[in-house]
Amino acid sequence: MDNLLLLVDAPVFSLQLLIDGLLAGAIFALAAYGMALVWGVMNIINITQGEFVILGGFVTLYLSYLGIHPLWGVPVSALALFIVGWGVYRLVIFRIVDRDLFISILATFGISILLQQLMNQVFGADIQNADPELGTLFLFNDDVAIANIKFVALAITIVTGALLMLFLRKSRIGQAIRATAQSARAARLMGINTDRVYATTYALNAALCGATGSLVVMTWVIHPFIGLIYTVRSFMIVVIAGLGNLAGVVVAGLGLGAAENFAGFLLGTEFQAAFVFSLLVIILVWRNYRLGKKRQYLQ
Amino acid sequence: MLKLTKNLILSLGTSLLTLGLVGSASAKVEGDTIVLGAAVSLTGKYTTAGNHTQRGYDLAVNRVNSKGGVTVGGKSYRLKVIYYDDESTPARGAQLAERLIKQDGVKFMLGPYSSGLTKAMAPITEKHKVPMVEGNGASRSLFNKGYRYLFAVLSTSEQYLQEAVNLAAQHAKASGKSPSSVKVAVAVENDPFSLDIRAGVLDDAKRHGMKVVVDDKLPRELSDMSATLTKVKALKPDILVVSGHSKGASLITRQAAAMRVKVPMLAITHCESAKVTDSQKFGNKAEGTLCATQWAPTMTYQDPWFGSAGDYAKDFKAAYGYVPPYQAAESTASVLVWVNALQKANSFDTEKVRDALAATQLQTFYGNVKFDATGKNIAKPMVLRQVQGGKYVVVAPAKWASHKLIHPRP
Repeated sequence: MDNLLLLVDAPVFSLQLLIDGLLAGAIFALAAYGMALVWGVMNIINITQGEFVILGGFVTLYLSYLGIHPLWGVPVSALALFIVGWGVYRLVIFRIVDRDLFISILATFGISILLQQLMNQVFGADIQNADPELGTLFLFNDDVAIANIKFVALAITIVTGALLMLFLRKSRIGQAIRATAQSARAARLMGINTDRVYATTYALNAALCGATGSLVVMTWVIHPFIGLIYTVRSFMIVVIAGLGNLAGVVVAGLGLGAAENFAGFLLGTEFQAAFVFSLLVIILVWRNYRLGKKRQYLQ
Repeated sequence: MLKLTKNLILSLGTSLLTLGLVGSASAKVEGDTIVLGAAVSLTGKYTTAGNHTQRGYDLAVNRVNSKGGVTVGGKSYRLKVIYYDDESTPARGAQLAERLIKQDGVKFMLGPYSSGLTKAMAPITEKHKVPMVEGNGASRSLFNKGYRYLFAVLSTSEQYLQEAVNLAAQHAKASGKSPSSVKVAVAVENDPFSLDIRAGVLDDAKRHGMKVVVDDKLPRELSDMSATLTKVKALKPDILVVSGHSKGASLITRQAAAMRVKVPMLAITHCESAKVTDSQKFGNKAEGTLCATQWAPTMTYQDPWFGSAGDYAKDFKAAYGYVPPYQAAESTASVLVWVNALQKANSFDTEKVRDALAATQLQTFYGNVKFDATGKNIAKPMVLRQVQGGKYVVVAPAKWASHKLIHPRP
């Protein structure tokens, strides 16, 4: 309650929380694009999402060790993870595409543990970050402080989202992806190589995660075992936004970021995650209720 | 008849099994080697600290062996450690404790890294009445369960940052204000170790009548502290206390600078493992930060194995290429405590050795060791170091202070 009064007394801090949260949400949204894609097209809930993010972060980190500015890490990590994603698909995922959801959750969960331990062995368990040295934007007598990298992240998320939408609409492989999402069987009958579509989709997802990881290592910190929160956030965003709704993913991502920040401030950070999960439950119940009504109307 | 045969086989089997167990139980001493057992984190999230722990043990074992070993009953024995990787998970640690004791016949245990793992293993060692000397489990919840066979060489976690609160009180007094005017902000990770630190800080804040304005518990999967720091900016406390292992230390160092959080005193844990003075990673963002440490190479303790704390730091650096963090030093000290107790007991009987451990009075390069009835070391204070000019210098307690506190921090 005291915290709420604080925001009333000094509204400038709510501005801080809002902007900071929205921009953090943009980073979550980027990884969520990928999850929506894989879930929608392949009916796989990819638990490995977070580990791809962290792996992308490490790629950028090592790039910065070579003296290259970490911002270049965004495309490089995306490319590196595209290859990793393709490899993972060829090794494991293609075996589970048509199986039920439970199998795919188990398999991707297994891969995520494997990746965690591999990263631990290769990169070590230390906490890492790559400072892009873009400085901080200070407003209102330093009361509002936003790291500039977060604005870059927002721009990257929006541009990537637009490009992705364009790719899915216009390019042949994009159209094939959408066709496969609608009906894999029909797509196969039309002569689409769905195996290649799946591989591309999965690799594309990994690339999006790689770009996300690059932004994460510049904004916050990474270590091999912190991937899970990015999986969970992607999952939440996709559940809220629904499949095949990229604009919805952006909005849900930004909203989630802001909600987390306000909850952390008002309730204390220990309830930040609890609040967000309660929100998920409320939204699901509400949607179910709405859906129920709609069904009755149709009858 | 059939039943009889079955019983016979059963009892035969049992006695064979017992024999086998007795056979392996004598493996605590193999020929002229005393076997210690340890589960350490070589994979998983505590890998870095687990490596420090193992290196601390190894350095001690090598040094003791090269200095003539351990003399028991007039005979000199060498030391050896059986290691397993606990994968940083408590359940695995408990399994391995069981395995070390029952399969490998270990009778003398060394601790794992972290309070959580020590907490998982202590009930097992206790059940089998196997003494464990540990240097990396600081949570006070380890010492209120009435354990008889657990001995810890380090200061317990509620003491980590108490000194910082006292320092803030002293400073208030020196500048003509009452200590009760000091506003305290606390942000700790939600784990047993950090919650102990919080309890210690809150106790002392209460004792001085200070007001606690922020009391946040950070989630384990913490990656962003901006909500807490916004609150700190709004409420302007005089001291901010943060504990969240190395992740917490790196986050606060980065984000406090990035958000221009101006707090006159910032006290944190795990500076060394987060490498906050590494100018490539953090620039000079850690300048003025107070860091709690169990031990510092500049302290003047001595022992016959390593010499002074400074000598230990030099030897460790020569062996592993970096300045030993206190996690390594306290692991080394655990082995030295074993050596001392075995020699004092002059026996391999676990009960006699346990009693010798309980009666330990020893100075090591790491500090004085004397256990109270609960098994924690009460002879060694925590030290507070401040980052000044990119280096750690001791500023409190007064006995060890080499530099004056810079207040407020830049």
